[in-house]
Amino acid sequence: MDALNLISRAQGHYVRAIDDGPIEDWPEFFTDNAFYKVTTADNHRRGLPAGIIWANNKAMLKDRVSALKEANIYEPHAYRHLLGQPAILEESESGATSETSFVVLRVTGNGPTDVFASGRYLDRYVFVDGKTLIDERIVVCDSSRTDTLLVLPL
Amino acid sequence: MVKGNGVAAAMAERSWPRSLTEVPYWVFQDEDVYEAEQANIFHGPFWSYLCLEAELAEPGDFCATFIGEQPVLVTRDHDGEVYAFENRCAHRGALIAMEHYGHAREFTCVYHAWTYNLQGDLTGVAFEKGINGKGGMPESFCKAAHSPRRLRLANVHGLIFGSLDNDVPDIEEYLGQEVLDRIERVLGGRKPVVLGRFTQTLPNNWKLYVENVKDSYHASILHLFFTTFGLNRLSQKGGIIVSESGAHHVSWSAIDREAEADRYYKEQNIRSESEYQLEDPSLVDSFSEVGDDITLQILSVAPGFVLQQIQNSIAVRQILPTGVDRTNLNWTYLGFEDDTEEQRLIRMKQSNLVGPAGYVSMEDGAIGGFVQRGIAGASTEFATVQMGGDQAVSSESRVTEASIRSFWKVYREAMGFSIEEAA
Repeated sequence: MDALNLISRAQGHYVRAIDDGPIEDWPEFFTDNAFYKVTTADNHRRGLPAGIIWANNKAMLKDRVSALKEANIYEPHAYRHLLGQPAILEESESGATSETSFVVLRVTGNGPTDVFASGRYLDRYVFVDGKTLIDERIVVCDSSRTDTLLVLPL
Repeated sequence: MVKGNGVAAAMAERSWPRSLTEVPYWVFQDEDVYEAEQANIFHGPFWSYLCLEAELAEPGDFCATFIGEQPVLVTRDHDGEVYAFENRCAHRGALIAMEHYGHAREFTCVYHAWTYNLQGDLTGVAFEKGINGKGGMPESFCKAAHSPRRLRLANVHGLIFGSLDNDVPDIEEYLGQEVLDRIERVLGGRKPVVLGRFTQTLPNNWKLYVENVKDSYHASILHLFFTTFGLNRLSQKGGIIVSESGAHHVSWSAIDREAEADRYYKEQNIRSESEYQLEDPSLVDSFSEVGDDITLQILSVAPGFVLQQIQNSIAVRQILPTGVDRTNLNWTYLGFEDDTEEQRLIRMKQSNLVGPAGYVSMEDGAIGGFVQRGIAGASTEFATVQMGGDQAVSSESRVTEASIRSFWKVYREAMGFSIEEAA
């Protein structure tokens, strides 16, 4: 299968894990030493390294999930990710880099559907043992503003 | 906005309980109060945080920020000095600069190309002499008389504060020695480096976030992360410093291995005895920030500035009201020029504790909204802030709301409400 197909399939399942669950599946889309960061276009352009979420291994992503399940307090809410077609930037037998636009809609409590975030995934994938895993995902949000809080990952 | 007698009279009609333990809910809801705050607080004799000196490293660097709703431009000129003036063209009122941070030789208003130098002087007016001797500005027009209003400025260990009121006391007097010392503790003699900037929009009145910052009582109850990993327990060695004026505060705690931390939490049956463990506990590995045992220091400067040390996560926060029930919270995460690579990595990991998705701060983004919604329909009722008594003074205990009371003491005086005895 070509990179576009592999990545499209993986991303479809990725957003399904966040939007419809189980959220525990979300870290499983990453390699053990994956880097994951949520930042803004402004920070990204300026080369500022910090993130709204910053993780340099899969264990930190698992901690995100256990924290949101067990430690943090927030109003129940749900996301709906809409992804654009991945643009494959580089590809080989063992991996690929790609960029994908996203929009995330959020419903908080019994409120309306709000546009919560738009942006792009800057990704590096590895293809190992028939799996497509994210080795690096930098989530670049278009806006510098985050409404209220970010609990579920993007 | 000018301090009109009308505004002053309207506020004097509102009565505030004499006791500092009661906070009327209308103060978070009333549009007229919000308008009066812009005049009496943000344009009044208070120092507002503008930006970091480190963000204006080179001549020509600028930052477009706000004091309350007032747009302000902060610059560094070629003489090396920092200047600040209202970000509003003297001609027809458009913003002079729109980018948040940038670099400029001069500023040209896009509307009619009126030009200002880096100190905010009006230096050029397009078609000032007209065309072919026709039109143009009157002979009597004097550019020097048409510049945006300049601000008073102060630099405290690299933090740039500004005031729109010439009668504001000097910053040293305004802050007081204890608060100055605590700013120096974190920033003194070190060169900060900006690691990231994030804005969180809060669905609540700005003062609910100010209260939250000054409220050390909630920290280990609302934020399970703090208690679970022993980052901050009220039973730890620490205290609350209330500045002499009452306007500012510092809450701090230090490693104290002899504290019987667990016992108090068990007795109160607060959910701190979770089985919760981090799969990557390196998140809370830390180094001694400035060579002392203090692992947490939250410092606020009225009306809307916070300097934070949570373990090795250093950040400044700017609280900007954008409406009676909307607030922008600007986070700037900091490292320092002489950080080692390992220290920088620790700061990045610990940045997960704060900001819009922070393990110990995400709740703060929502809790103000819960209050704002909870008090709808209760404008004649009061919040109760009696924890630790009814005074507004420093304390060795952090089981106190003293710094919240002290904020309201300063606030109600600045607003000119009538103070009334309980019925």
